[in-house]
Amino acid sequence: MSNRPQVETPARVFWNEFRSSHLALGALIVVVLIIALAVLAPWITPQDPYELSKLVLMDARRPPGYVGSAGFTHWLGTDAQGRDILSAILYGLRVSIQISLTAGFIAFSLGATLGAVAAYFGGRIETLIMRIIDLQLSFPAILLALVLAALLGQGKWPLITALVTAQYAYFARTTHGAAATERSKDYIEAALSTPLSASRVVFRHILPNCLPPLIVVATVQIANAIALEATLSFLGLGLPVTEPSLGMLIANGFQYMLSGRYWISIYPGIALIVLIVAINLVGDQVRDQLNPRLKR
Amino acid sequence: MLGFVIQRVCQAVVVMLIISVLVFVGVYAVGNPIDVLISPDATQLIREQTIKAYGLDQPLWKQYFDFLVRLVQGDFGRSFVYNMPVIDLIFSRLPATIELTLTAVLGATVLGVPLGIYAGYRPDTVLSKMIMGLSIFGFSVPTFWIGLVLIFTFAVTLGWFPAGNRGPTASLFGIEWSFLTGEGLAYLFLPALNLSLFKFAMMVRLARAGTRETMLTDTVKFARASGESELTILYRHVLRLISIPIVTVFGLELGSTLAFAVVTETIFSWPGVGKLIIDSISTLDRPVMVAYLMLVALLFIMINLTVDIVYVFLDPRLRHRRS
Repeated sequence: MSNRPQVETPARVFWNEFRSSHLALGALIVVVLIIALAVLAPWITPQDPYELSKLVLMDARRPPGYVGSAGFTHWLGTDAQGRDILSAILYGLRVSIQISLTAGFIAFSLGATLGAVAAYFGGRIETLIMRIIDLQLSFPAILLALVLAALLGQGKWPLITALVTAQYAYFARTTHGAAATERSKDYIEAALSTPLSASRVVFRHILPNCLPPLIVVATVQIANAIALEATLSFLGLGLPVTEPSLGMLIANGFQYMLSGRYWISIYPGIALIVLIVAINLVGDQVRDQLNPRLKR
Repeated sequence: MLGFVIQRVCQAVVVMLIISVLVFVGVYAVGNPIDVLISPDATQLIREQTIKAYGLDQPLWKQYFDFLVRLVQGDFGRSFVYNMPVIDLIFSRLPATIELTLTAVLGATVLGVPLGIYAGYRPDTVLSKMIMGLSIFGFSVPTFWIGLVLIFTFAVTLGWFPAGNRGPTASLFGIEWSFLTGEGLAYLFLPALNLSLFKFAMMVRLARAGTRETMLTDTVKFARASGESELTILYRHVLRLISIPIVTVFGLELGSTLAFAVVTETIFSWPGVGKLIIDSISTLDRPVMVAYLMLVALLFIMINLTVDIVYVFLDPRLRHRRS
């Protein structure tokens, strides 16, 4: 049973090639580990950082390694409310990842649909959709997100809306490029000659074949969404203070940095950077593997 | 050639009109325009006067038309917080932002392009790998966090540079500039460095990719065969050939740097337009927000237009096709 010959599926070939890059494999492990830590945060952190009644003011602004009044060591120190930084980081990661993944998923769906529809119908519809997308891409994403977050106010859904608006255009652009190529191929002509509905051709035939470039854009955009969310929260335009993401933790620590209490801002920042760099490294490897021009 | 320019200018005007409709709908029609234009502290008399002055009792199409007319005249209303015309407020803050942005983008280009060319010319040396490592770092790490680290390292711990504000300025052509005084330069250094890191990373990547491609072309082969020195080849041929994407990015980045300046200005308390817009958002100073939106849109359209036109001048192929 165990020595059954290995089947060379495309997924396995892809995985084997991915595995051969130690840097990318290490980055993937880091990403998975961080996500696991974030998901498990309520069970593994020594303290619930949002339970205000559990916070002791005497423990506030203590350096890393301080043993607090609750009896456990604050490995990364405490913030201005006596909150354990390590616990706050894990909870903050939870919020950051949740927001960015939701925004990324919506932006992916919206952008891919728009791009594929534009490529499928062509003509006026294509011109109209792609003109709007091009126009939007000429403005920097952070500016759009900033303006929207300001207009819509604080909260989870305004923030997600701002992120989606800033990012869907990248997905639409990529899908349109890939879908326009697929559209002219024979198998789509064949599908069109059968009485299949337009939506079936778009979603079952064109879109699945546009997935490789979309996956690459998706990894990059998730990393961007995390950075963008942190930036908006840092500027006070993101989530309300009751549910701090990493950006807000960094913002809260900013004022104490000038008096040398670096740990309140620096450690959440390091967590943020490790996550973003790891996702980018995985994305780089996936892009190289999916790029037919680099195929040997 | 002239036809092309006219065509692009017309397109830009149409886009600007569309954006003005969006801003009008977003801020005036969806929100309550009375709240937008009149301070909540205003007396009943002022309220009525303003409603009349801004024609809020008029039908919507007429309101939009009046809004457009006011925009063209540069009348964006008055700031609630500073109690002065918004347009004057923005222009008083603009030099600080322009100075910061230009310093950052110029610094990033002047340093990034030669380093990128080197990294593309000798891709396997240790120095090249270090340059690329720095560029990946500059790409991945969020601007605001680098700003914090810079403040902590160079201002708080080492005490070499001031942690924020603009410091002393000197007057030139009636505008206050930091770079004219020695102390002002010290204040300018950290924010400019912070803002330029991302652009630097981008310039390095662009120059490196362009150089690697160009070094393989016949141009370089023939230049070598004719006995030109390597330095001359890099300067006369490679730099010229990679200049088109670099000019594009330089132009486009000038605009997006303005957007990133919002973050840098907030961290370093740099009194520019970016800090102004963040302050206006937190104090709900909506006339300032509307004005900022329209001016930034205008700026971006102008930049795109300029880049398009410069492109045609730089690339003979485009010039011949268009004319």
